[in-house]
Amino acid sequence: MKKFIQLNGLVAPMDQSNVDTDQIIPKQFLKSIKRSGFGPNLFDAWRYLDEGEPGMDNSSRPLNPDFVLNKPEFKGVSIMLARQNFGCGSSREHAPWALEDFGFQALIAPSYADIFYNNCFKNGILPVILSEEIVDRLFQEQKASEGYSLDINLETQLVTTPSGEQFSFEVDDFRKHCLLNGLDDIGITLQDETVIHSYEQQRKKEKAWLFADLKA
Amino acid sequence: MADTLYDKLWQDHLVSERDDGSALIYIDRHIIHEVTSPQAFEGLRMAGRKPWRISANIATPDHNVPTTERSAGVDAIVDPVSRLQVQTLDENCDEFGILEFKMNDQRQGIVHVISPEQGATLPGMTIVCGDSHTSTHGAFAALAQGIGTSEVEHVLATQCLIQRKMKNMLIRIDGELQIGVGAKDVVLAIIGKIGTAGGTGFAMEFAGSAIRGLSMEGRMTICNMAIEAGARTGLVAVDDTTIDYVKGRPFAPTGELWEQAEQNWRQLVTDEGAHFDEIVEIPAESIAPQVSWGVSPEMVLPIDAELPDPAMQTDPVVTEGYKRAMEYMDFKPGMKITDIKVDRVFIGSCTNSRIEDLRAAATLIKGKQVSNSVKQALVVPGSGLVKQQAEKEGLDQIFVDAGFEWRNPGCSMCLAMNADKLGDGEHSASTSNRNFEGRQGHGGRTHLVGPEMAAAAAIEGHFVDVRTWY
Ligand code: SF4
Repeated sequence: MKKFIQLNGLVAPMDQSNVDTDQIIPKQFLKSIKRSGFGPNLFDAWRYLDEGEPGMDNSSRPLNPDFVLNKPEFKGVSIMLARQNFGCGSSREHAPWALEDFGFQALIAPSYADIFYNNCFKNGILPVILSEEIVDRLFQEQKASEGYSLDINLETQLVTTPSGEQFSFEVDDFRKHCLLNGLDDIGITLQDETVIHSYEQQRKKEKAWLFADLKA
Repeated sequence: MADTLYDKLWQDHLVSERDDGSALIYIDRHIIHEVTSPQAFEGLRMAGRKPWRISANIATPDHNVPTTERSAGVDAIVDPVSRLQVQTLDENCDEFGILEFKMNDQRQGIVHVISPEQGATLPGMTIVCGDSHTSTHGAFAALAQGIGTSEVEHVLATQCLIQRKMKNMLIRIDGELQIGVGAKDVVLAIIGKIGTAGGTGFAMEFAGSAIRGLSMEGRMTICNMAIEAGARTGLVAVDDTTIDYVKGRPFAPTGELWEQAEQNWRQLVTDEGAHFDEIVEIPAESIAPQVSWGVSPEMVLPIDAELPDPAMQTDPVVTEGYKRAMEYMDFKPGMKITDIKVDRVFIGSCTNSRIEDLRAAATLIKGKQVSNSVKQALVVPGSGLVKQQAEKEGLDQIFVDAGFEWRNPGCSMCLAMNADKLGDGEHSASTSNRNFEGRQGHGGRTHLVGPEMAAAAAIEGHFVDVRTWY
């Protein structure tokens, strides 16, 4: 997995609450059996004026000029500023895959849906949580200055604004550790292989009905 | 100490706890479908790993499958991209020896319908699937939750999940539901009250006499949509209804093992005096049939209501959201819900495609005709076995006589990954669980309702209060 330590990046505003994963990456693109290549279809229905299908040449499709990510000033964006409950809905990990493929490395919002939040960490994206008031202020600052960028430091758990103001954020120690070091958590879990085996043996003894052979 | 049902399930599955507060949780059952698993199997192969416990897994294709004639099996999938995804599932399951109900297996269906039906979902289990509606299985007092594809790979490789304990929320619905009001209305009313983020970070237990009075099908409908209230997991305690449902299912224990299991399952209830971090109470009598009007399940109202005025909302973020929703849905504030016309009707999805849902809809429309203004009314059973049962009871004939189309099982128009879709600008009465923009087709406008409300809307061409039909 990709590491995340520190980032200074351009910020794009996604100024609406409850942005669901069906918007982040519409279902027709979930037919892919690959993990990459979802970036061009990020927010497909909002971003293009026609109806997107897998296999289309996206570069020749009509763009919606009003959609934030289509505006020239957000070229090269890596941080998304969002509202509450970002990423709600489906568990599709294609949503963080698409965000990552597009170039996003961090998100800032007052809250995220649980599964989406979790999925971000597995893909090297840092979803920062700041209070509603602070997020609101960042939205205002962003609106007021073109090229607005923020500094996000996972090690110190600080977001720094261009004026030098700092906001600290919480993050789970284990997730932080994995993200800072780019660790694959399957490998970490398998270090506990014998513990899992002995738990499983015990469980088999006590609750044999859970181990019915489904092939039978 | 008094524990909640969730506390008990968590404790029972705890493999190890780390100093940083994260824990390893053992997973008893893993359900697999074609959309969220190919990258996980691929990852497993690339790392040279094998599934930890083959018999913990059960698979079926559901999202991409056509619901029309499909005796040709996988070859019946016209879209080559969809076909490859289903083929990939078949190949992965064959390679590792995982039990899969393939497209033309009588037992194929929507993941969240087939597992309970087979007794692969049992009380007290931890159940995961790369699908957010895995919360459905919580109706069996199982700790069931949706996971992403990386976690699918993690569970395949380790039979565990890394988690932190969630908080406890209790939703109590006491009293008696009005005639014509069902489980779907209850859960929509809950979401309308607490919002789509109301349950974020919580395990949500549903209790109270109205919940106890529901069948397992009804309880599954409610737990299914716990995720729409933000909760990754929904729960209902074990009682006779649970035990009776499980007994005799193909993978349920038998003989002495059943006795042991039942004894254990009976303890899967929240102890008297256990602590909940949050409690929400809704009197059952106060719930009317519900219809969603916007683009988020929390934008939902009773059938006798009028659409809200965005300008009258106190929170500016809500005003913005309502405005966008009104525009997308092409509505004006003050419009009556009963004046909303529907172009297509969809009875199906993991929320409402079980035999009881089909019975309720069929009973209501028997001898009536789908309105001329409705372009299509689909009934898509949740599984081949639900379909078979419905046909045995003659429900298919009732639907067909009324002008509904009787289809083969799958997710269908719930997310329109196959050919069943809404056209641009069309409104649906849908028994599914999400009314997000474009969910049922590009530009489509979804209204979430229960099966009776959907059936009645098909007959009248617009939403009606089914309470007046009884
Ligand atoms: S029926 Fe709909 S919600 Fe349920 S699993 Fe299928 S696509 Fe998901």
